[in-house]
Amino acid sequence: MKILEIRDLHISFKTDNGKVRAIRGVNLDLNKGETIAIVGESGSGKSVTTKAIMGILAGNGVIEQGSINYTWEDDYSEEVGKIEGKTVDIVQLTKEELQRDIRGRKIAMVFQDPMTSLNPTMTIGMQVMEPMLYNYKMDKEHAYQKALELLELVGITNAKKRMKCYPHQLSGGMRQRIVIAIALSCDPYVLICDEPTTALDVTIQAKILELIKDIQKKKDLSVIYITHDLGVVAKVADYVNVMYAGKIVETGTIDEIFYDPQHPYTWGLLSAMPDLDTDDSILYTIPGSPPNLAKEVQGDVFAPRNKFALNIDYRLEPPMFDVEGSNTHKVASWLMHPNAPKIEMPKELKHKIAKMLDN
Amino acid sequence: MDKVILEVKNLKQYFRINRKFTVRAVDDVTFEIKKGQTFGLVGESGSGKSTIGRSIIRLYNPTSGEVIFNGQNISGQLDAEQNRLLRIKMQMIFQDPMACLNPRKKVLDIIAEGLDIHKLYTNTNERNEKVYNILEKVGLSQEHANRYPHQFSGGQRQRIGIARALIMEPDLIIADEAISALDVSIQAQVVNLMKKIQEETQTAFLFIAHDLSMVKYISDVIGVLHLGHIVEMGTTEEIFANPIHPYTKSLLTAIPTPNPKVEREKIAQAFDYDTSGIDYNIGQKRLVDGTHFVLATENEYKKWVSL
Repeated sequence: MKILEIRDLHISFKTDNGKVRAIRGVNLDLNKGETIAIVGESGSGKSVTTKAIMGILAGNGVIEQGSINYTWEDDYSEEVGKIEGKTVDIVQLTKEELQRDIRGRKIAMVFQDPMTSLNPTMTIGMQVMEPMLYNYKMDKEHAYQKALELLELVGITNAKKRMKCYPHQLSGGMRQRIVIAIALSCDPYVLICDEPTTALDVTIQAKILELIKDIQKKKDLSVIYITHDLGVVAKVADYVNVMYAGKIVETGTIDEIFYDPQHPYTWGLLSAMPDLDTDDSILYTIPGSPPNLAKEVQGDVFAPRNKFALNIDYRLEPPMFDVEGSNTHKVASWLMHPNAPKIEMPKELKHKIAKMLDN
Repeated sequence: MDKVILEVKNLKQYFRINRKFTVRAVDDVTFEIKKGQTFGLVGESGSGKSTIGRSIIRLYNPTSGEVIFNGQNISGQLDAEQNRLLRIKMQMIFQDPMACLNPRKKVLDIIAEGLDIHKLYTNTNERNEKVYNILEKVGLSQEHANRYPHQFSGGQRQRIGIARALIMEPDLIIADEAISALDVSIQAQVVNLMKKIQEETQTAFLFIAHDLSMVKYISDVIGVLHLGHIVEMGTTEEIFANPIHPYTKSLLTAIPTPNPKVEREKIAQAFDYDTSGIDYNIGQKRLVDGTHFVLATENEYKKWVSL
C-alpha cells in the first residue's frame, strides 16, 4: 500500500542572491513497511525534500507546486475515530492541521545530531513522555510505562534509572537511541531518518542501523533514509533514489542501483567510494563541483561534470526514461534515449560490480 | 632503510579534572613514522586519537613519554630553536575547514601567515609567488588568492587548509579527520591530492580518522586506538588480513560496504570493554608476525589467535 506519494514537487528559497530553486520536480513513492533511501551530495536537496514532508521548511522556503499525498491508515484521536484510505495533501494543510494530525503522530523524524535535538534541561524520561502527553493527552502513568517500554525497545539497559538522566550524561550512541525512542513514542507510520548516524562512530552506527531495522520489522514502519554514505544505503534500503541538484536522477531497487547503475552520476558516486578491496593508485572522482542553483540552468544540470554529455544535454532537460526489463528502475539521462549512442559504464566500475557480485 | 621522522615512545597524556579524577586520554602509546609514510590512527570518538596528534604538535604538554622528531626530543621544555623547527616542520590540517580559516583574511594572507611569522622570504613578490605556486599545486588557481574563505566550497576550503600546511615544506603533516566533513565525491578528490603531494614531496602523514575504508586506502601502517591504548598495530595488509584483537574485529565488521548482497546478511560484531573482561593496563605488546603487534596478556593472546 502506498503511504506517501510526492508528485512534481518544486521548492525554492528566497535569498539575497535571488531565488534558489532547491527542488525541481521530485517524485517519490513510499510503500508501507518499506525503506527508501535518498542519496546525494550536500546541497542536492535531500534534506529539503523531507523537511517539506514534515512541514518544517525554513522561513524563506516556498513550495511552488506539487503535492505530497499522505494516505491515512487509521486515526488515534477519539473525536475523529477510525478512518482508512483517506488521502490528504500535506502541502495544502494549514499549519494547525499539520501539527495536529501529521507531524509527530504519523510522520516522525530523527535528526543528525542527537545533542542538538535533545533538550539539555529536561530528563530524558520527560522528553520521551512529552509527545504522548501532548498529542494523545495520555495520563502520566501510562506515558511513563510506555516510555519505559520504548527505552527497552531501543536497547537501553536499566531503563528506570536512565529515565532520570539528562542528555549530557549519556554517550552519543545512547542519545541517538533516545531520539529514536522519542520519534517512536507516538506510533508513527513513517520514520524519516536524516543522516541518523553521521555524527556517530562506525561501531555504534552499525548498532543503530540494526536497531532501526529491527524496530521497523516489529512495528511495520515505513522508513526514509537520507544519507550520503552508500555503505549505509546498502545495509538498510529496499529502494534507492539518487538525487542531484534538486532532481532525482536515478531511482530503482537497491540491486538495480548498485549492480546495474545507468546514470553517469551514479557511476561516479559508486566509483568514488573506496571499499575495503580498493587498491587502485588513485580514486575516481567526479570532476567539478555541484552547480549553483540560484542561476537558471539550461538542459541537464549534471552535463558540465559529465564526460559522456551529449549535445542535447546542454539544451534540454532529460525526462525520466524507463530501463528496459524493469518497472522500478528509472533514469533521467539522455543516454537512455533509444537514439543515443551506446555508452558503457567505466571499466573500473564494471570490474568492481563484478567483484561485488562474486562475494 | 628509510629515515624515521617521528618516534613516539610511551606517550602519556592525562587531564586532571579534579583532585580525585584524572582522565587518562592517552596511555602509554608507542609508534614511529618513517619518511614518506602514512600512519593511520583509527578508533572511536573519545579514544584519544586527536589527543595524540595534539600532544605531538605540542598543543598540549605531554604528561610523560618522549616524542622524537627529526632526532630532537620535543616532549619537554622547548628552546627557541626547537620551537621554530617544530612550528615549521610539523603542520596540521583540521577537520572543519570553515572553522580553521580566519573569515576576515584573504586566502593569500591565510596561506602566507606561516611565512610571515617565520620570515621565510626576502620580498613581497617572493612571498606571493610562493603562495601562487602552492595554490596551483593543490588544484586552485592564482585568482583564488584574493578571495575570502566564505567564497569557497567545502572541498576548496580543505584545499586551502592543505596549502597552508604545505607552504612550510613540512616533514610531517598531521591530518586530524581532514576529510570527515566532506562529501564522498569531494573526499576522493582531497585524498587523491594528499597522495599526489606525498609522492612529490615525501612528506610523512599522521592520518587520524574513524572511516576505516579511507584509512585503509591511504595508510601504510595502521594503529587501532581504543581508550587511549593502541590495541593493535601493523601494516595495512596485516591488520586487514589478520585482525587479532576483538576491538579491531568489531571495527572491521562494522564498516558498511557499498554492496547490498553482503551488507544485508551481515551483523556487526559488538565489542564492549566493560563486559569483555579485558584490562588494557595489564596487557603487553605481543608480536604476531612482521611488524604486527597486539596488546594482550598471554592467555588472551592464545585465545584470540585460536579463534
